[in-house]
Order: sequence, then C-alpha cells, then structure tokens
Amino acid sequence: MSASRTIAKKARVSIWPGLIALAVATVYLIALLAVEKQALIIALLVAGIAVVAAAAWFGLLDGVSTCFVEHEDALGACAIIAALIVAAYFYDNHFVLLLIITVLLYSVATLGLNVQFGYAGVLNFAGASFFGIGAYTSAVLNTYTSVPHLLVLPIGGLLAALAGSLLLLPVLRTRGHYAAVVTIAFALLLKTFLEVNDVLGGPQGMQVKGMTILGWSFNDNIKFAGLSLSFYMNYFVVSLTLLVGAFVVVRRLERSWIGLNLDALRLDETAANCFGLDVVRWKITAFLIGNFLIGIAGALFGMVGGFVAPNNYTFADSLILVSILLLGGIGNPWGLLVATVIVVVVPEKLQTIQEYRFLLYALMVIAVLLFRPEGLLPRPVRRYFPGWRP
Amino acid sequence: MTALLEAHGLSKHFGGVLALDGLDLTVTPNEILGLIGPNGSGKTTFFNVITGIYRADGGQVRFDGANMTNASSRAVYLAGMSRTFQRSRLSLPLSIFDNIMIGNHKRLNQGLWFNLVARRAFKHEFEESYAAARALVEVFEPELADRMFEPVAGLPMIDRRRIEICRALISSPKLLLLDEPSAGMTHDETAELMNDILLVRARNQNLTIIIVEHEMGVIERITNRCIVLNFGRKIAEGPYRAVAANPQVQEAYLGAA
Repeated sequence: MSASRTIAKKARVSIWPGLIALAVATVYLIALLAVEKQALIIALLVAGIAVVAAAAWFGLLDGVSTCFVEHEDALGACAIIAALIVAAYFYDNHFVLLLIITVLLYSVATLGLNVQFGYAGVLNFAGASFFGIGAYTSAVLNTYTSVPHLLVLPIGGLLAALAGSLLLLPVLRTRGHYAAVVTIAFALLLKTFLEVNDVLGGPQGMQVKGMTILGWSFNDNIKFAGLSLSFYMNYFVVSLTLLVGAFVVVRRLERSWIGLNLDALRLDETAANCFGLDVVRWKITAFLIGNFLIGIAGALFGMVGGFVAPNNYTFADSLILVSILLLGGIGNPWGLLVATVIVVVVPEKLQTIQEYRFLLYALMVIAVLLFRPEGLLPRPVRRYFPGWRP
Repeated sequence: MTALLEAHGLSKHFGGVLALDGLDLTVTPNEILGLIGPNGSGKTTFFNVITGIYRADGGQVRFDGANMTNASSRAVYLAGMSRTFQRSRLSLPLSIFDNIMIGNHKRLNQGLWFNLVARRAFKHEFEESYAAARALVEVFEPELADRMFEPVAGLPMIDRRRIEICRALISSPKLLLLDEPSAGMTHDETAELMNDILLVRARNQNLTIIIVEHEMGVIERITNRCIVLNFGRKIAEGPYRAVAANPQVQEAYLGAA
C-alpha cells in the first residue's frame, strides 16, 4: 500500500523547465558567439553569471536538473537540435564554427577522462597527450597511407588506448597521487619523443590532410541552395555525431552494472574486492575506454586543424581538460558539456585577457573547489533508466 | 557431518604481535556460531584472514570442501562467503539499491555488450534485481524499500547496518560473517536487527552465520554455539551458558582475581 502511494505522489515531472533552460542557453550562446565588442562580451558574461546565480538562489536549477533526469532522452534530442541551430546561425563564419567544433571535440575528450577519473578514480594528467596521439595518427595515416579517413578516427582511438596500456602497469601498481604522477611523466616523455622523431616532423610538427569521404572533400566550402556554407560545417556534422555517440556510450556505461563496478572500486577497493569485483579488470576497462574516446576526438581534431606539433599537446593542455572535469561536476556528462563551453569559449571571446587565460582557469578551479566542490552540476544519484518507476 | 568451514593452526602476526596463534576452528552447516573474546583477541583478524584481506602466516582454511587458504577476497566471495564490516563500509554517495547490487556481483551479467548495447536484456535483469533487493530490504525495514534510489549518506546508523547486511545476503551466501553488527547502535535497535536476521535465516535454512559480538545478550539469544578467543587462541567452546561459566573465560574478560 505504502509503495503505491509514494508512486502516486511522484506525478510525472513536466518537461518545460528543461526545455526553457535549454532555449535560454541556446540564445545566450548565440549572442555570446556573435558579439565582437569586448565591453559587450563582458556585460553578457556578467549578466549570464547573475542570471544563473539568481536561478540557483531561487531553487530553479534543481527543477531543471530533475527535469533532465526524468526526460533525458527527449531533452538530449532537443540539445542536438539546439547545437544544429547554433551552427546554422553561423553557417559562413569560419572562426565561430571552429570554436564550436573545438567545444564538441574537447567534450568527447573530457567524457573519456570522466570515465577514467569520474567513475574509476584513475586521475589522468596526460589527457592532451592521448589527444595528441590521435591527432598524430591522422597526420601520419593521411600523409603516408590511403586508409579511408573515417576509419582513421577509430584507429586513432585504438592507438591512444594502446599507448595508454603502456601506462597500465605503473598506474595499477600505484594509488591516487602517485598514479597521477605516472601520467605526468608519460606526458613529458611523449612530448620529447615527438620532438626528436623526424619522421613525425620533429618540433615543427606535420601538416594533416583534410578529411575526404567518398570523394567529398571536407576542406571545400559547401555551395547549397545559393548559399556558401563554411567548409567547417562538414567537420561540425562529424564532430556532433561523434559527441552524441560518445555521450550515449558514457551514459549507458554509467547506467549499467559496469558503472556500478567502477563506482564501487573507486569508493572502497577493499569492500569491492570482498564482493567479487575484479578491480584490475575494471580499472583497465575504464582506462582503455577513456583513452579510446580521447584518441578519436584527437584524430578528428588533427584533421580539423590541419596541423599537429608537439607543443599543441602539453601538460598545460591536459590541465585544462582536468579543470573542465572539476568545473562541470565530476561524473556528470551534462555538466561536462556546460564546462567545456565555458572553458573553451570564454577565453577565446575575451581577447583582452590574452595570455592571462591560464590565470582565469586557475581562478575558476579555485572558486569551484571552494564554493561548489562537486562542480557546477553535481552528479545525481544513478538512475538506470531515465523516468523509470518501480 | 562435514564441516562448512575449517581452520587448522591458523596464524597471523603483525610485527611481534600474534593476532592469531595456531587457531583451530570448525563451523558446521546451518549453525549460528558466536565468536567472542576481549578486544584484540583476534576475532576480526580471523574474518580478515579467511576473507582474503590478510594473508595467513601459517595454517590452513577449508571452506565447503575446498582448500581456501590465502584465497583472494574475490574467490572467497564466489565460493559463497560474504561479510559485513565492523566499521560500516558502504559506498555513501551511492543509492541503497546500488550498494545492495555491489553484493550481487556474481549474479549480474558483466559483459560489455550486455551492459552497453543489449539494453532491453539489461533492463530485464535490472528489474528482476530490483524486485529481489526490494523484497530483501522489506524484511528489514519496509520504509527503506520505498527509498531504494536515495543515497546511503543521509541514513541513520541502523539503516546503514541493515543495508550492509542486505548487501551480504543478496547473493544467497552459504556462510555469512557478521562483524559486530551492533556497533554504534542502541540496545533496542540491536534487538530489532537480530530479529530481522533470524527472520531471513528462517526462510533460508541453509544459511550458516558466524557472528562477532560484544553484546552478550545478542550472543546468548541467537547463537547455537560459541567460541571464545584470547590472544589469538581458542580458550573455550560450547553453548553460551557453558562458556560464560568457564573460569578461564571469566579471567580473560575480567582479569585474574
């Protein structure tokens, strides 16, 4: 009896708060990307922070987050449409489209880091290195071979996972901070390796041929119904597809027994062992899946940028990826998307701060750790199926 | 009758301290065995050695007919032994359901394809597991059964103990090890918890239990037999009343007169 009453009490949550939040965010993002004047951008940013703070103060954000928990599939579809609208609005703007693609691919990479750190608790400070391995894969394969470019992407992921498996032994034999130090060492080693290898272009790096699928060259502008679309639209579509795929995989991973295993071993390895969990197997699984996602994103990013060099994939870039994770809310994929937009777009638009951007990152991370230690959007309790009722 | 669990000459030392000193111990199927003794007498160490958390320095362990000396925690669990911990070791940010499912590991399909792609089959297993977990929790506290997807962090100690015991019971183990289930609870709460454990056992007569406990009322009420440890050795064995009257046991607890 009591069970049925509780279910009746929880009537279906309306989808509107989520839809409205998504619409407001889309319009805001378009405005932020379109505005050029520094004063206006600063005003927009201040207004954005004020609105979010006010919404949080009045408890509106909780409504939005429960809405996302209940209607995730529908709102996810709406988010894809929102991304398409933003890209369509800037259909001929190379710079903004490149920025959007950067957001999409960094999101894929941080989703990979999220599987490693957010779920399995393995802190990877070599994210940018594995991203770089993906990018170098497309550079080498597109230059020296005729492997189909769409196939180059998963190969980049596989190579990043393979390179990561070099790290597995030391990472599994160490704990916490020490494992993190191992990944830092890897980042430094890889950079040196790339710099001394002339086949890979040495310190100057390599050109990467753009993507071509079945004769469709991605680096030509698109003529469509009398409009000239930026060639970045090609990459945008592939990047968005990749992000949606990665998001679904990571989401399903979390909402499965595997996600539960990873949480269990992160929170208490001894207890996890006592209930038959093969800790090593699951840590390896998480680490490889994470690196695979990072590598794919890197492979595509290499083709988008058209150029790879050791200096593009440094320890500092890895720190940016980790700070996205901290900012968004460790373990919450939606939070990561929001955080990636903030971390990638804000410094790019705020040209006045120039090289002070790292200061901005540092301040952001400190502020988050002080005032919202679980990130902007803390991870909710696991729901295996959105909207599922007993 | 063959023993379910046998320890022969089991030893464990930490530096110069002998926590287990050639312990011999036999557990027969379907009994409730009380393991008592003063602090530091080796009760929890015994649990940790047979569940693979510590390595024994000497001796043998047989469980359910197989040699399980220094078997890994994972192998021990798969063989049908599960436990609770003296200081609750739940995963606090996870929900009640999640915590119980950690204990159900061996029955859940862990395949990548099953978990990521075959979501329909996964949902079926999920719903079955939910029903089983809910039914088990209902035995202990019906109100908790309506809160299966709330984090454990907000729950009082007694509920956490209940969930820990559910986590150990969900996989239908042959042997349940309870390490001081009354720690941190009031007298009445402990009595209630013990009744629930007896209720679960009444439904499943194949369940054997070893309980470590300082609350002698609990030991007297629920155990068939007691073993008293002191300095890692067995000093007495028998029904509670007999061992409680044993002068050696009284000396161990109270000191020599």
